[in-house]
Amino acid sequence: MSAPARVLVPADAAARSVGADEVASALAAVLESDRGEVVRTGSRGMLWLEPLVEVETDSGRVGFANVTADSFEAVVDTARSGRAPAGERAAYGGCVGVLDEHPFLARQTRLTTARLGIVDPLDPEDYGRHGGWAGLRAALTMAPAEVVEAVVASGLRGRGGAGFPTGIKWRTVAGAQADQRFLAINVDEGDSGTFADRMLLEGDPFALLEGMVIAGHALGATEGYVYVRSEYPDGIAMLDKAIRTARQSGYLGDNILGSGLRFDVDIRVGAGAYICGEETSMLESIEGRRGEVRAKPPIPALSGLWGRPTLVNNLLTMVAVPTVLAEGPEAYAAHGTARSRGTQVFQLAGNIRQGGLVEVGFGVTLRELVEDFGGGTLSGRPVRAVQVGGPLGAYVPADRLDVPMDYEAMADAGFMLGHGGVVVFDDTVDMARQARFAMEFCAKESCGKCTPCRIGSQRGVETIDRIIGRAADGDDPAAELALLDDLCTTMTKGSLCAMGGLTPMPVRSAVQHFPEDFRPRASRPAPVSGATEGAHR
Amino acid sequence: MPEPASDRAAAVRALTAEQAHRRGPLLEVLHAVQARFGHLERADLEAIADVLNLSVADVHGVVSFYHDFRTSPPTAHRVALCRAEACQAVGAEALCAAATAELAGAADVEIAEVFCLGNCALGPSGTVDGRLHGRLTAQRVAQLVAQVRS
Repeated sequence: MSAPARVLVPADAAARSVGADEVASALAAVLESDRGEVVRTGSRGMLWLEPLVEVETDSGRVGFANVTADSFEAVVDTARSGRAPAGERAAYGGCVGVLDEHPFLARQTRLTTARLGIVDPLDPEDYGRHGGWAGLRAALTMAPAEVVEAVVASGLRGRGGAGFPTGIKWRTVAGAQADQRFLAINVDEGDSGTFADRMLLEGDPFALLEGMVIAGHALGATEGYVYVRSEYPDGIAMLDKAIRTARQSGYLGDNILGSGLRFDVDIRVGAGAYICGEETSMLESIEGRRGEVRAKPPIPALSGLWGRPTLVNNLLTMVAVPTVLAEGPEAYAAHGTARSRGTQVFQLAGNIRQGGLVEVGFGVTLRELVEDFGGGTLSGRPVRAVQVGGPLGAYVPADRLDVPMDYEAMADAGFMLGHGGVVVFDDTVDMARQARFAMEFCAKESCGKCTPCRIGSQRGVETIDRIIGRAADGDDPAAELALLDDLCTTMTKGSLCAMGGLTPMPVRSAVQHFPEDFRPRASRPAPVSGATEGAHR
Repeated sequence: MPEPASDRAAAVRALTAEQAHRRGPLLEVLHAVQARFGHLERADLEAIADVLNLSVADVHGVVSFYHDFRTSPPTAHRVALCRAEACQAVGAEALCAAATAELAGAADVEIAEVFCLGNCALGPSGTVDGRLHGRLTAQRVAQLVAQVRS
C-alpha cells in the first residue's frame, strides 16, 4: 500500500475557533500510524465550512466540510485511497469536491490571496513554488525609482480604507530628504466585519515580508515596523516565526538575496485601542506613547516615525505589491474599474450563510457579494441592512444592494468601501440601536484629543436615547433629530481624524434609510452593557 | 504566593532592560511585565520609568490609555465576548446578557467585552482564557468555563 496522501487542516484562528486543532490532532493520531502527513495551512476563506479539511487526491485537493474530531472517517478513507468520493457517494462525510472548482472559489480572482490555504505558511520554498519571491527578484533588478513608478502605474490604492494612491505616497516618501526612512505597516484591523489582514498574516506571512522588502528597496528604508493588534495572537506568533525564517533564508537582513540590500522587520503589538488603526495614532503607539492622533500636516510620508519620512500602508496594500512587480503593473491594472484598479479582498460577515473571504475585481455589486457569494442571511430571514466598511461605514438598505463596490461608486451613493468588510443584518435589526452603538463605540474608543469626537459621541448617545424615548425628557423627537443631524455635522467637520469624522456615517445612514426606527417607543430593552457611563479615560 | 517586592522589582527591571534597545520600547515592556505578573502595579511603573528614563506620569499615561493594561490582579479565568457589529448581527447582545447571568456570582471568572476578534463570519465570538471560540451560545460558554476550571 502506498503512503496516504497529504491531509491539510487550517491553523487559521477562525478554523481553530470551531475545532480545527482537535480535528488535526485526531487525524494525525490515525494517519501517522500509516506514514500519513497532516499539514497545517491557512484557511481558504470559506469560513462557513470550517473546519474544512483538504485531502490531496488524483483529481486535486478535495475538501471535507465541518469535520469534527469524532467524525472524520471520510477524510481518512480518502487519504488512504487517494481517490475522491464520487458518484452517489460524492457528498460522503461532508465532501464538497475539488475545492478549486467550488463556485465560491472558482468565481474569484485571487491575486492577493492566491496562496491562502494552499501553502505551508512557514515554508519559504513552498511560498516560492507558488509564485512567491518573484516580485522581489524582479524589483531587485530595477532601480528604486522604477519600482516606485511600477506601483504608480498599477493604480494600486491604499486598502486600509482611505484608498489613497499608493504609488503617490511611495513617491513622496522616496523624494523626502532624510537620513532615515521607515515603513509602518498597519495590521490594527479593528473594524468589525474585517479579517483579511488576520487571515493573510496567519496564512501567508511571507507575502507581507516580500512586499515590505520591495518597499524598503524602492524607498531606501532599512527598518520596517508591523503594528499588529493584540487581539490577533496567532497572527503575531506566525509573523514572528516567518521573520526568523526569512532572516535565516536570506530574505531579510544585511544582504538580501546577495544583492547588498539591507532591510529588517520588527513587530509591535497593540494594546486594545481601536483608534490605533488611525495612522498617526498608530505611529504614536509604535513610538511607545498613548495612541493620541496627531494633527496633519505634517503628513507621515514626510514626518512619521521619530520625525522621519514613513510609509504607512495597510497589510493588504503591501501584499498586493509583490503581484504588481511579478506580473507587471499593467496586468494588475487590468482588473477593476476606471479609477479603482485591481482586486479587493471583501470579507463577508455577520448574519450571512456563507461567510468568508471573496477577492474579486472592484465593481462587483454588493448584491452579488451578499446573495451570490454569501447565499443570503444565516437566519434565512430577509436582509434589511448591510454595513460596509466597518463601524465607521454606512448602513446600506436592502433596496440599494446593486451599488458597484468601488471607491467612487460607493462614495457617490453616500456609502464607504473602507477595508472591504461586509456585515449583513436581517430584518430583526433595530437601526436606532445600531446608530446608538456607533456613537457609544466612538465614545468608548475616542482618543480624547479633539472635542467633537470625545464629547460629541457622548452627546450623540444621549440624543438618540431621547429620540427613541428611553430618557425621561424625550418630548420633541423632531427637534432631537435636528439636533442629532447638527451634532453629526460638527463631528464630521470638526474632528481631527476619521474616528470622529466618520462616526456620523453609520448614524446618518440609519436615520436616512430607516426613519421608521427612530420614532419614540413606549418601552425599549435596555442595552446590555452600561452604555457610556464611565467611558474610559 | 506573591513574590517579595524586591524580587518583583528586580524582575521588572530585567524585563525592561531586555527591551530597552528597541526604538520606543514602552508598550513592549508593559506587555512583557503584564504577561509575567498578570497586572501592573504602581511600583512596576516606577521601575520601568527609571530604567527607560521616562517620568512615572508618562508610563502611567500609557498604561491608562490602553484597554489591555490592567492595574488590578486578574481573576483566575477570563471570558471576553465580542460586542461589535458582525457579532451583534448574530445575537451577541443576547449572548452577553445570558452569559453574564449564567456566570453571575462566580468569583473566579471575569466577563469582559471586546470589540472584534477578527472572527466575524463565525460569530458570536469570544475568548475563554485567551483561546478564541466561534458560534458561541451561553451554554457553550458555560461548558468552556467548566473545561478551563477543571
